[in-house]
Amino acid sequence: MKQAEFLNTVLPFKDKLFRMAKRLLVSTEEAEDATQEILIKLWSKKNKMESYKNVEAFAMTMTKNFCLDRLKSKQAGNLKLVHTNYTDANTSLQGQLEAIDSINWVERIMEELPEQQKMVLQLRDVEQYEYEEIEKLLDMKPTAIRVALSRARKTVREKLMEKHNYGIA
Amino acid sequence: MELHNIEKLIEKYFEATTTVAEEETLRTYFSGDDIAPHLEQHAPLFNYFTKAKEECFTKQVPLKPRKNYLKWVSVAAIAVFMVGLYFYQPTPPPVTLADEYTPEEIESAKEALALLAMNFNKGTEQLNHLEEFEKTTNKFLTKK
Repeated sequence: MKQAEFLNTVLPFKDKLFRMAKRLLVSTEEAEDATQEILIKLWSKKNKMESYKNVEAFAMTMTKNFCLDRLKSKQAGNLKLVHTNYTDANTSLQGQLEAIDSINWVERIMEELPEQQKMVLQLRDVEQYEYEEIEKLLDMKPTAIRVALSRARKTVREKLMEKHNYGIA
Repeated sequence: MELHNIEKLIEKYFEATTTVAEEETLRTYFSGDDIAPHLEQHAPLFNYFTKAKEECFTKQVPLKPRKNYLKWVSVAAIAVFMVGLYFYQPTPPPVTLADEYTPEEIESAKEALALLAMNFNKGTEQLNHLEEFEKTTNKFLTKK
């Protein structure tokens, strides 16, 4: 497989890998490194790639596993601290800014979710994968996915409401 | 879009029973301007998902075809070995004295060596006196 051919296979989903990595690792730099790592791994396996039924799903699973490993490793121990330390410096923002801000809230709320819910929400609501695909990617039962998804969505909704009410009161 | 329908979809959405298409409907509804006031609280959620999907991986990945130098090292080694083998010349068998010198020469050399050996032995005979000297010194040393 030539480089151009490889890039054509990988290009359509490399952003998805990156977003998944970022969802799990939070830091953009970390996510970039992870994505790069995954792409290089894929490149080194390029000869076997034709035999994979679904390269995208394969790469996605690789990313998931890689990121979870990173989170488990000691190296990443201080990552979380750095990136959840953001505080809302400005609470008195104008209406337009507020809208942008509440969008960012969602991001921060999602950071607090458990990893599995994070992944399900990312795959379903951001990347719009079908349930069958998520099942394969995360190796979960359909009911478990629905439960996780429902919980994640509800948690985000509740936290978002809290923030809204906090702003008003 | 009928408000009733959207409300229903939202309910289904939080129970995670919506299809991808239905979720798309929700996303388009919330990205619009005419959102019902009591539903506005959900807008950031859906707008975030739309925004999150726009994020791209911009870093360049260095994809150099892996050069396998190691494979060629063995080839080079074999080549050097073959060249060495080609230019290798076995050392000639050792030359014997009979080939190099005439019998007369060998005879005279033998005579000369015998003379040398005889004189050498004469010299070593004198050394026997040294032993006597050693004995007497030992006597002195042990007496003390």
